Amino acid sequence: MSRPTSRALPRGVPAGLAGVLALAAAWEAYKALLPDDGWVLGDTRILPRTTDVAMPHLWDMVARAAEPLTSAADAEPLWLATLRGAGSTLGVAAVGWLTGVTVGLLVAVLMARFLPARAGLLPWVVLSQTVPLIAIAPLVKRWGSRLEIGALDWQDWMSVAVIASYLAFFPVAVGALRGFTSPDHASTDVHLELFRAYGVGWWATFWRLRVPASVPFLLPALRLAAANAVVGTVVAEVSTGLRGGLGRMIVEFGASASADPAKQWSPIAGAALVGLAATGVVALLGAGLRRYQTGEEAR
Amino acid sequence: MSAVVATGVGRVFGPAGGAGGTVALSDVDLTVAAGELVSLIGPSGCGKSTLLRLVADLDTPTSGSLTVFGKTPARARADQDYGIAFQQAGLLPWRSVQANVELPLQLHGASRAERAARAAELLALVGLTDFAGHRPDQLSGGMQQRVAIARALARWPRLLLMDEPFGALDEMTRERLQDELLKIRAETGAAVVFVTHSIPEAVYLSDRVVVMTPRPGRVVADLEIALGSPAERAARGIALREDPAFFERVSTVREALHAGEAGLPARDRGAAGAPDRAGR
Ligand SMILES: Nc1ncnc2c1ncn2[C@@H]1O[C@H](COP(=O)(O)OP(=O)(O)OP(=O)(O)O)[C@@H](O)[C@H]1O
Ligand SMILES: [Mg+2]
Repeated sequence: MSRPTSRALPRGVPAGLAGVLALAAAWEAYKALLPDDGWVLGDTRILPRTTDVAMPHLWDMVARAAEPLTSAADAEPLWLATLRGAGSTLGVAAVGWLTGVTVGLLVAVLMARFLPARAGLLPWVVLSQTVPLIAIAPLVKRWGSRLEIGALDWQDWMSVAVIASYLAFFPVAVGALRGFTSPDHASTDVHLELFRAYGVGWWATFWRLRVPASVPFLLPALRLAAANAVVGTVVAEVSTGLRGGLGRMIVEFGASASADPAKQWSPIAGAALVGLAATGVVALLGAGLRRYQTGEEAR
Repeated sequence: MSAVVATGVGRVFGPAGGAGGTVALSDVDLTVAAGELVSLIGPSGCGKSTLLRLVADLDTPTSGSLTVFGKTPARARADQDYGIAFQQAGLLPWRSVQANVELPLQLHGASRAERAARAAELLALVGLTDFAGHRPDQLSGGMQQRVAIARALARWPRLLLMDEPFGALDEMTRERLQDELLKIRAETGAAVVFVTHSIPEAVYLSDRVVVMTPRPGRVVADLEIALGSPAERAARGIALREDPAFFERVSTVREALHAGEAGLPARDRGAAGAPDRAGR
């Protein structure tokens, strides 16, 4: 075949790098151009301070990352501690993502299979997302600690994963439902007519038609769910005070920011890395499902 | 046994009981013998697709009775007595050509080896052996339609239902596929109900041409074509298309179509005229 083979780097990588560089340049330019006190209009500060405490230089952040975590003699370097924290956060987020995706898919199947369920469930699915996450995080932790499921000993990280999954399931439920029902909305319903003509039931139609047809809708939903799971994990780590992850590090280092302003930027960069890793995994998944992504419309 | 027997079949869309509904079909009688190739022809909206969908049990008549090989259409559909093809090929874009042909077999639990063997056979029949591994979007419209026909034949149906399958194709491709359909018909011995807008196509392909008119959809003529068996017709090809006997049949069908049409505007004018005059 004469199709050009895909290059070693995905198309988004150069653009992404350019974006990061532009952001770094903007940061330093802002610091250089604006007064230390930011911009104050009357009593209101409309642009933030640019002092080294509020906005450390990028090279200071990098230098700080190379130094030890604390002044203790055997302390590991900050970057290593950050990576460790990132690994922990990524792990919890992955569990939250998997749980959320599973629940989201189940809800979508339920809604696609039973029309009344679609009418009955969808408002609840939407409503579920209006509950403020920070408010429920401590509650979930408390409920979790009282749970006893057979031999399973409920851990605090599980509460965090539950909160992450809570954010992750929403885009999946909505995206998968749209995908599963896309044959109903196609410009012509040849495919559905064909499956009817073959005299097969709903489930055979589901596996052979609705599931493959849902892929173009499902992939963006999975990517969104991955981002949501990471954000949910970090926020829940902050509000439940879970040890080991980036959320806790951001809070702790933030508390000592006036003395060591560059330190907290390491876990913040770590959180961005975790987000990248999570969406990267979904992108890989998408590459594996490429043949399902062409020409979603009936031919 | 007849492949299709329709007696007094009607289909009204909209509110049950009639008031305000669209009468898509009214009192249609139609018999298609086993192995016979019958074309339905008529202006847009005369209920050709509706009739085909009733036979396929994709829709149910509101009056009259319909049997397919002596069974209810629902039974015939469950038994997979027919294969069906539409104007859109309707191939699944994520499947290869071969996997598309195998789809009906797969859905009914044929083994991988059985499927592959049957698909190879069918792709040879429609001349697409070399394209088995291609994706549908790599094929031309005519090739896609051939895949769709192969797919419709996958489970050895005794009846093939086709709704303007060549409607979107250019004239050359169309004539080639018509020859292929005759060849397939000769090899499989399946009955075919073929919906078309093209008079020459109907005459060339059919043992019988059934002429329909709209509002309400009815059968106004049922014409025997008698230009030889499908195999003979396929063998004669272009010679047949240029035969005076062919043109004579084309004229007959055209006249029947226009007579059917003519009956209608006269009545339409009367019906539309009255309120018109009353309005002034
Ligand atoms: N699902 C439906 N609901 C309401 N009316 C319908 C429906 N399907 C068909 N009709 C009506 O029934 C009549 C016959 O339609 P049908 O599609 O069978 O015509 P056709 O002969 O196949 O036309 P064409 O040659 O354009 O394909 C039309 O007036 C159409 O508007
Ligand atoms: Mg039609």
